[in-house]
Amino acid sequence: MREQLIHNLRAAYARLWVRVKGGNREPQWLIAEMIIPILTLSAYIYMYKTLEAPPAFAGFVIIGGTMIAFWANVLWNMSAQFYWEKETGNLEIYFVTPISRMAILLGMALGGIVNTILRAAAIMVAGILVFQVPLVINEPFTALLMFFLTITALYALGMLFASLFLMYGREAWHTANLFQEPVHFLSGAYFPKSLLPDTVQLVASLIPLTFGLDGIRQIVILGKGFSDVWIDLVALTVFIIILLPLAKFALDYMENLGKKEGRLTLRWQ
Amino acid sequence: MKALDQVSISIEQGEIFGLLGPNGAGKTTLIKILSTLLLPTSGEAYVGNFNVAKEPNKVRRVISLVSGGETPGYGILSVRENLWFFSQLYGLSSSKAKEEIARLTKDLDLGEYANTRMSKLSTGYKQRLNFARGLLNNPKILFLDEPTLGLDVLTSKKLRGYIVDWAKREMKGTVLLTTHYMAEADEMCDRVAIIDRGKILVCDSPLKLKEDLKENVIIKVEVSSVQADFGFMDTLEGVVGYSQTRSIQTDTTTLKVMVRDETVFSKITSKLQEQKLKILSESKAEPTLEDVYISLVGRGFEEDAGAASA
Repeated sequence: MREQLIHNLRAAYARLWVRVKGGNREPQWLIAEMIIPILTLSAYIYMYKTLEAPPAFAGFVIIGGTMIAFWANVLWNMSAQFYWEKETGNLEIYFVTPISRMAILLGMALGGIVNTILRAAAIMVAGILVFQVPLVINEPFTALLMFFLTITALYALGMLFASLFLMYGREAWHTANLFQEPVHFLSGAYFPKSLLPDTVQLVASLIPLTFGLDGIRQIVILGKGFSDVWIDLVALTVFIIILLPLAKFALDYMENLGKKEGRLTLRWQ
Repeated sequence: MKALDQVSISIEQGEIFGLLGPNGAGKTTLIKILSTLLLPTSGEAYVGNFNVAKEPNKVRRVISLVSGGETPGYGILSVRENLWFFSQLYGLSSSKAKEEIARLTKDLDLGEYANTRMSKLSTGYKQRLNFARGLLNNPKILFLDEPTLGLDVLTSKKLRGYIVDWAKREMKGTVLLTTHYMAEADEMCDRVAIIDRGKILVCDSPLKLKEDLKENVIIKVEVSSVQADFGFMDTLEGVVGYSQTRSIQTDTTTLKVMVRDETVFSKITSKLQEQKLKILSESKAEPTLEDVYISLVGRGFEEDAGAASA
C-alpha cells in the first residue's frame, strides 16, 4: 500500500516535471502566453475607461484575465491532454504501467498550475503596473484560501473532462473550443457577473470559475473579507468534494469502456 | 467479424515466441489483450500467471510493450529526460533509474544523443529510445509489436540482436514478438505461431515448420511482364500454393511456387508460355517461413497486403 502510494507520487511528480520543463523550455511560447492575455485585458480596460466605468472595473478585468489563464490551461492542457497523449503513443504506455491514472492527472494538474501561476502572475503584475490598479487586500489568508480552492475546483473539473475525453478523437478539440468562450462569458471574466440576468447567473453558478472570480475580486479589489465571501468558499468546496471522486469514477469507467470497445488506443479517429 | 478466434497458445519462461501473419491477421489485437489494453470478449488470458482482465495491475508490474512505428515520449525533452520520466512510471528509485538509463543508452548506442531532444532524433534512434524505455523496468515479459517497422537494415539487425541477447542472458526474459517480416521471426524466435484471420494455423520452431515442407519443391521463377496472370495455378493439381512479387521498374514478376513434385512445374511452364511470357530465370529455393504460410493458406503475405489495401 505504502509502496504503491510512493510509486504513484513518483509518477505524479514526473508528470509535473515534464509539464514544467516542457512548458518553459521554449521562451517564444512563454512570452506569447503572457503577452496575448495582456492585450485582451488592455482592450477591455480601455473600453471601460472610455465609458467612464468605475475604476474597480479595471481591477475586475485584470483578475478575470489572470484567472482565465487557468481556465485555458484546464481546457487545453488538462481536458484535451489525453487526446494528444493518445496521438503520440504515450497513452498506451501510461496504460501498460502499474500506476494509477489519477497520478498522471494529478501530475498534469500540478504542472499546469505551476506553469500558469508563472504566466498569471506576470499578467497580473503587468496589468497592475500599466493601469495603476490598486489592490486592497485586508485578509491575505482568505485571499490565498480562495485562490487555492478556485484552482483546486478548476483542475478537478479538468480531471473530470480529461476522463470523459479519454476516448474522444478530434471531437476533443471542438468540445474544448465549445467550452472556452461560453465560460469566459458566463463566469464574468471581463465584467461583474451581477450585470447578467438572474437565469444566466443561475447557469453560471454551475461553473467553479464563477465563484472563484467573484470571491477573489471581492477580496483583492474591493477589500472585503471572509464574512463577505464565505458562500463562494463553501460553493468551491462543494465543487471539489463532488468533482474529484467523479473524475476518478469517470476515469475508471471510460478506461473500462475503452478497453471493451477497443478505442483506448485507437488513433486518427 | 472476429479479430481473434479460438486462439490458444502457451509461452514458456525465457522463450522468444513469434506471432507471424499478414496485416490484419490479429497479431496486434492479441498483444493488446495480453498487455491489458483490450478486454477479450470471451475466453481467458494469463500473463505471468495473472489474469489480464481480473488482475491487470499485477500483469503491468511484470510486462513492458514496445511497438514499432511509435515514438512515445515528449519531443521537447532529451533522451535522458524522457527515459527518466518513464523510469518514474515504473517506480524506479533515482539511483536505480540513473544506473539503468546509463546502461541502456550505452547498450543501444544512444550515449552521444543522451542530451539531444527526442524531436531531433532520426526514426532509428527514436526506436532505440523506445526500446530503452521498454527495458527500463527489466520486464519479465516483453511484448514487441512489429518492433522494426520502417527501420533500416542495420538498426533492425542491431535491435534484433540486442533483444535476443537480452532474453537469453541468464534466461532473463520472455518475449512475445509480432511481425510480418519472415526473416525477423526466423532469426529471433524459438517458436513461431502463424496467424491468419484471427486463427492460429500452426505453431512450432521455425526449423521444424520449414522441415515439414521438405517433401514439397519450391521454385522461384522470374517472368517478363508485370501483368502476368497466374490465376490458372489456383486449379492446377499438385500446386500447394504460390506468391508473387511484381516489379514495375523492371516490368517483371517473380513467382514463388510450391509444388508436390517437379513434374507439376513443367505444366506451369507450359501455361506461362501459352501467355507468351518469357521465363528470365528459375531456381529451386530453400523453404522459408513464408512458404510455411503459403502451404497453409495457398497465398503469400504480399497478396494479403494487396487485398487489404484494395
